[in-house]
This record gives sequence, C-alpha cells and structure tokens, in this order.
Amino acid sequence: MSVALDPGPETTAPLAPVSPHRLVDLVFRVREFGIIAVLLLLVVVTASIQPRFLSLQELQFILLDTTVFALLAIGETMVVLTRNVDLSVGSVLGLAAYVSANQFGTHPGTSIGVVFLVGAGIGLACGITNGLLTTIGRVPSLVVTLATLYIIRGIDTWLVGGGEVVANSLPNAFLHIPRATIAGIPVLAIVVALGVAAAAYYLHSFRSGRELYAIGSNPDAAQLAGIPIGRRVFTVFVVSGTLAGIAGVLWAARYGTIDSTAGTGYELTVITAVVVGGVAIFGGSGSVVGAALGALLLNTINSALYVLGISAFWDQAIAGLLLITAITIDQMIKVQLTAALRRRSRLGA
Amino acid sequence: MASESIGGNEAGAADAESPAQLPVLSLQHATKAFGAIHALEDVSIDLYPGEVHALVGENGAGKSTMVKIFAGVYPPDSGRLLIDGAEVALSGPADARDAGIAVIYQEPTLFPDLTVVENIFIGRQPLRSGRRIDADAMHAQAESIFERLGVRLDLDRIALGLSIAEQQLVEIAKALSLDARVVVMDEPTAALSAFEVDRLFQVAAALRESGVAVLFISHRLEEVFVLCQRVTVLRDGRLVLTRELTVLQPDDLVRAMVGRDLPERVTAEHTVGQTVLAVDRLSREGVFLDVSFQVRAGEIVALAGLVGSGRSEVARAIFGIDPYDAGSVTVAGERLRRASPTAAMAAGVGLVPEDRRQQGLVMGSSIVRNIALASLKRLSRLGFIRGSMERRFAADWAVKLQIRFGHLSNPISSLSGGNQQKVVLAKWLGRHPTLLIVDEPTRGIDVATKAEVHRLLDELAGEGVAILMISSELPEVLRVADRILVMREGRLVKEFVHTEASEETVVAAATGQVKAAAA
Repeated sequence: MSVALDPGPETTAPLAPVSPHRLVDLVFRVREFGIIAVLLLLVVVTASIQPRFLSLQELQFILLDTTVFALLAIGETMVVLTRNVDLSVGSVLGLAAYVSANQFGTHPGTSIGVVFLVGAGIGLACGITNGLLTTIGRVPSLVVTLATLYIIRGIDTWLVGGGEVVANSLPNAFLHIPRATIAGIPVLAIVVALGVAAAAYYLHSFRSGRELYAIGSNPDAAQLAGIPIGRRVFTVFVVSGTLAGIAGVLWAARYGTIDSTAGTGYELTVITAVVVGGVAIFGGSGSVVGAALGALLLNTINSALYVLGISAFWDQAIAGLLLITAITIDQMIKVQLTAALRRRSRLGA
Repeated sequence: MASESIGGNEAGAADAESPAQLPVLSLQHATKAFGAIHALEDVSIDLYPGEVHALVGENGAGKSTMVKIFAGVYPPDSGRLLIDGAEVALSGPADARDAGIAVIYQEPTLFPDLTVVENIFIGRQPLRSGRRIDADAMHAQAESIFERLGVRLDLDRIALGLSIAEQQLVEIAKALSLDARVVVMDEPTAALSAFEVDRLFQVAAALRESGVAVLFISHRLEEVFVLCQRVTVLRDGRLVLTRELTVLQPDDLVRAMVGRDLPERVTAEHTVGQTVLAVDRLSREGVFLDVSFQVRAGEIVALAGLVGSGRSEVARAIFGIDPYDAGSVTVAGERLRRASPTAAMAAGVGLVPEDRRQQGLVMGSSIVRNIALASLKRLSRLGFIRGSMERRFAADWAVKLQIRFGHLSNPISSLSGGNQQKVVLAKWLGRHPTLLIVDEPTRGIDVATKAEVHRLLDELAGEGVAILMISSELPEVLRVADRILVMREGRLVKEFVHTEASEETVVAAATGQVKAAAA
C-alpha cells in the first residue's frame, strides 16, 4: 500500500502518463479491505469476550444467514448500479417462500426441483412487473417497487390467511439443504459465493455488464451512446426478482416455519449491505463482491450481539451507524479523489 | 454540385476554390425555423476531406442550429444533407454517428465512473471468445488512437476529474474509434487554456492530415486564421460568405459577421448624477477577473461580450446570488455584503434575470401576485397581505408599463413573452430601485414590445435610476446604452462611450481583434 500511496515522479512531470487508477483501485480495494478489517476486528473482539462465537456451529449460522442476503444483494447491486432501486425484494422473498414451501403440503410428493422452480417463477413474475412499470410506464423505480412491496405483501398475507407452513409439513430432504456441508462449510454458502463470483465476472467482462455502470454513471450520455437503457434496466429487475424468489425458497428451507411476515424489512437490510459494501446509491460504481461482504458484515454483527447477549435493538442502531459511516467515508473519498484527479489533470495540462 | 453558387455572397467574388475531391459532407439550401424565427435560411456548406473549415458568426447567427442538424438532433425543414454525394436523413444522434459524423461539444458528457478506455468504447468494446470484452485489444486500439492524435492520456483512470480539454480529447478519440470522417467542434476552445488550445490544434491538424473533414466553430478569429483553410460566415441565419482564408483579413470577417445597418439611437442624452454602483476589482476564480466599473444615476451602462464571457456572472455576483473571491461592490456609498441578495435588495438593487420563466416569475401564479411579489412588505398589515392594496398596486403598474392583459387575476402564463418581461420589470419598479440590473431584457420578445422595453429603460434612466444592462444583441446595446463595457474571457477589455462605439469596434473587442478595435 505504501508503494501505491507514494506519489512518485509522475506528479512532477507534465503530460507523464499519471496513474490515478492506482489510487482508484486502492480506494476500491480499501473499501473491501476495510470491510474485511472491520469483520476481523469484530470477530476477534467478540471471540475474546465470548469464545463460543468461534464455534463451528456459530460460524455456519453466520454464513447461512448471509447466503440469503448475499443472493438478494447480487440482484440489488445490479439494480442500484443503474441508478434504480428494488424495494420489493423482501416481499417477493416472503411470497416465494410461502407459495413454494406450501407445495409440499398441497401437492404431496412435489420434487424439490419443482419447488425451486415455483419460487424462481414467482420472483420472475414480480421482477417482470417491476421492470415493465419502470421502463415502459416510466415511473421512478423507487415508487414502483414501494408499491409492489405493499401489493406483494398483501397478496402474501391474503394467501397465508391465518395459517402458516410449519416445519413438519416439509420433507426432510428440503430442510437438509442448508445443513449440507463440505469440510465444515455450508454447501449453500459455497454455491452463493460462486454466484457472487459469476456476477462479478459478468459485470466486469461483458458489454451489457459494463453498460449497467454506464447507465448509472450518466443516463444522458448512455442514451447518446446508443445503450438500450430500457432493456438493461428491465433485465436487472427481472434478475433481482428471480434471485429474490430463489432466496425465498432457501429461506423456507432454512427456517421451516413460514407465515406472512417472512422477509419483512429485508429490502432495507439488503440496501444497507449494498451501500456499506461500496455500491454508490446513485449508481455507476461498486461491486457485487463488496455488497456480499457488506451482507456478511451485517450478519456477523447480528450474531455477535446475540452471542454477547446484547438486545437486538442495538443491531438496527449499529446497522444505521454503519450506513452513515460508509456513506460519509464514500463522500470524503469522492471529494479527495476528485481533487486528486483534478490536480493530476492540471499537471497534465 | 460542389461548385454550386452560394447565396448571399456579398462581394460577388468567386467562391472558394473547391478542392478537387467530392465533399464528404454537404448541406444544401437548408432552412430551419423555430416558430416565426428563421434560425437558418437557405444555407449551404461543403466540407472536404483533409480540410479544417471555420464556421463563424455572432451569437444567434445560426451556427448551433447547423451543428445540431449535423449531429442529427433535428432535421432541416427543407434542403438536403449529402454524405459522399448521397442524400441522407439523420433521425437521431446514433444515425449521425453511424454516418461518420462526430460532434465535439464545448463541454462533453462522459461517464464519470468509467475509465477513459471504457468511455471511448462503451457498447462497442472489442470481443474475444464467449462474447467477453477483450481488454487487451481495447487498450491497444485506444493507445494507437492516442498515438495518432499525438497526445498522452492515462487510459485507465476514471473520467471523473478530467479537465474539459482532456474530456474533449476523449471525445475526439471516440470519434476516431468510430472512423468518423467529419468531426464538428462546437466552440471547443472556449474553456481551454492557451496550452490546451495548442494541443487541440495539433490534434485537429493530425485529423486533417489523416483525411478527416473538420468543422471548427470559434469566436476567436485569430484561431480561425491559424487553424483553418476555409471559412463560412453566417449572419442572422443566412450565409454571408464562404471563402479561402488566405484571401481574407480579420477585419473582413468582423465586417461580414456584423454587416448590418447601424441601428438608430432611441435614447435621449441622460443627465448623469452621482455614482450609484461602484464595482472594484471584483474577481471570482475561473469566472471573471479584476472587474472594475461604475454606474451613475440616470445612466444606462451595457455589459457587452460573447455568451460565456462572464457578463451574467458579474451581474449575479453584484446582486449577491453568487459569491466572489476578491474585490468589492458598493451601492450608493455603502459596501454590500457578499453573496446576499437580501442586502442588495435592501440597498435598492433590482435584478431582472436572464431567464424570466425560471428565475423571474412564478409561472403558476397570477399577474397580480407576480407584480406584487417583491413589494409584499409594503402591501401587508400585521403580516397579512391586503388583497385590495395588492390589486391596486398591480393595476397601477400594469397601466404604467402598458402591460396587455385579459384580467389581472389571470395566470402569468396567459401573457406573451414581452408582457411577461414587463411584469418582471414592474415587480422591481414597484420597489423604486436606485440600481436596476437587467440581463437580456428583450430576449425572445417581438420587435414592437422590444421597442417599448427600450423606451421604458430610457424613461427610468431619465428618472435617475442607474441601469446596468447585459445584452447579447449589439443593436440593442448601441441603441440604448450610454456607455458600453466589453467583456472577454472574464475580463473587462474595453470601454466605449456610445458615440465612439460601432458594431465593428464592439465585436472586435469582444472577439479579441484588438487591431480592429483601435481602427
């Protein structure tokens, strides 16, 4: 790091190929490093007070809790990158969790694969609705997804009625999905990590992935550059919805008991994770890896507080604090970065 | 086709000798009107590969309209656009781009979060297997483009923080990556430093040598003579001349750009009183520098200059809308607090802003409300506005200024532009200002109302109000002002008493043709 911070001889030579990108890289790596550092600190401090925190079971719980949020964070990151937001993911998760898990009760013998398809299908339908209203209806996504948040939750409540799906109506194979491990690591966590890696690769290496950044960075310029903004934005909402549907099935398998409140408020947690993870709330920059790390951090805090016997109230307060800290740091970095880049420009001129 | 005669050639001399090739881009007899205003009338221009062609004219001469036709922003109402001799219809910016026309605007819009390379290739990145972006090929292409341009730019930095000059270079690189054969530069040098201008000239020369046709628009005539081979002059939407620059002098261009009959002066000689406004060494970094002048009671002083020369910014700083870094503003002997419109208003300053719809009027509100807006304190008792007083006040001013209205309670949007402007004036006159700043008082107003506004300003000056007027319309400036201050690139460069000012001298000072100004 000290090497990168060294301004080097370039700063004095006019028109030299200065490399602020190193600075930029550093800043983004620092963001991910920063989260990892905070995570490690949290784990060390918590474990020194309550060694139980480092038990295999506790760590597995943290990873499993994170999988659901990390999955949602992939979709949410793609939406936020385009200067949009998807507030409906919590409701979509709840509806998909109930309807998919309920298949085992209403259609005994349904295969787990079909149940996953049902969950994904519900998410897909919700995503298409959000996408169409945003792109063709030209309604701001904040309003569209706030409305679908309520509507989908309403449908969920109506379907559930007074009842709920309970664990003993679910097949054991289904409930065992989250419990499968390889070398102590939950298989689900590995699968979701691979999903995060695939999404990161897509966003980095494909035209359409880069175009998501372009749309969020400067919508007018994106239009002039001939980027199919409508199609891209529609697609990210479909992806976000579908992932929320799949996350719903996983949620059902993880908790076993599903009533009409499943996933309530998750949208805010996911957006917090995305922003804490370094995705700019007005689009244009950030990564899914950062967002997934943000989700991991939030869940680790949650578990640490639980292990330490601190009230869950603090969980939300800390999440809020973290959010403000992250945004403040972002803003400070941005101001510094802009100034640094300007300086270099001036020297180049 | 290329040697077709060009209308409006005042000297009647032979048109520019057309280079032997076919013009790569040719606009023929193009007309474009916005409502009743003819932005372009029967204008033709040919651009040849390997030449830099200058397009000059005063503000509002039609240059921007021509650029927008080339950019595919809008089609001409009549006339033809030919590329390589074949007629084309551009239905949007993407069409123009595909046809090989690239437009570099004064302030390009890039993606601030993406790198320079990505900004050049977004949506068109070279691909490798599996439709993945080939980052290496993309880099190599970008490098070879910048090599061709002869400039170095860090390709991997994000565009955030690039200077305007560098942003233009990125746009030019994008144009080359698209194999653009026509590059239109719309006042690219306006925001550049001398060093950056030099670099841009090298780039433009490199483009020319590689066979690109460059259309170069600039207010700085010296640049035109340095860089360009041929020039086209527009005036009031019409083509004045197209000619080789080697046979022209700067004075010829200034004459061609202005070329109108001198307007008749309508104002009487004003009796000038004490100094009302004293601006001393006012500076704002990057906007205006070391501006000092006075306006006395009963005097109309015009701030002339090209758009972007800093005129409006000075006015905004005087009124306290924008802050300034150094200097002082004194009104009637009292130094005004910096950046405080409230202080300016309390000192008796009124501002009629440039954009009356956005800044001067409450569009949804009635005529009465708008006239009374700046005088509400006088029109209220115990904090409540007295409706009857408000109406009487408004009616009074409406009659005085001869505002043509249906009913005073009608919305302000029911009035014509000229009458809306009178409402803005009435709003400030109701406060009996000692200093009135009017920014483009007659923009978009019909001729008859324009004359009334001029007469009104004249009367106000006669009553002892000090008036600072900003106007891009030279005839207006010459007709109304007692003194003319010319700004160029943020500095006050010349002062004229109206008797010694002419369109030629003012334009020469505003465009930096000092030699002509001395003549």
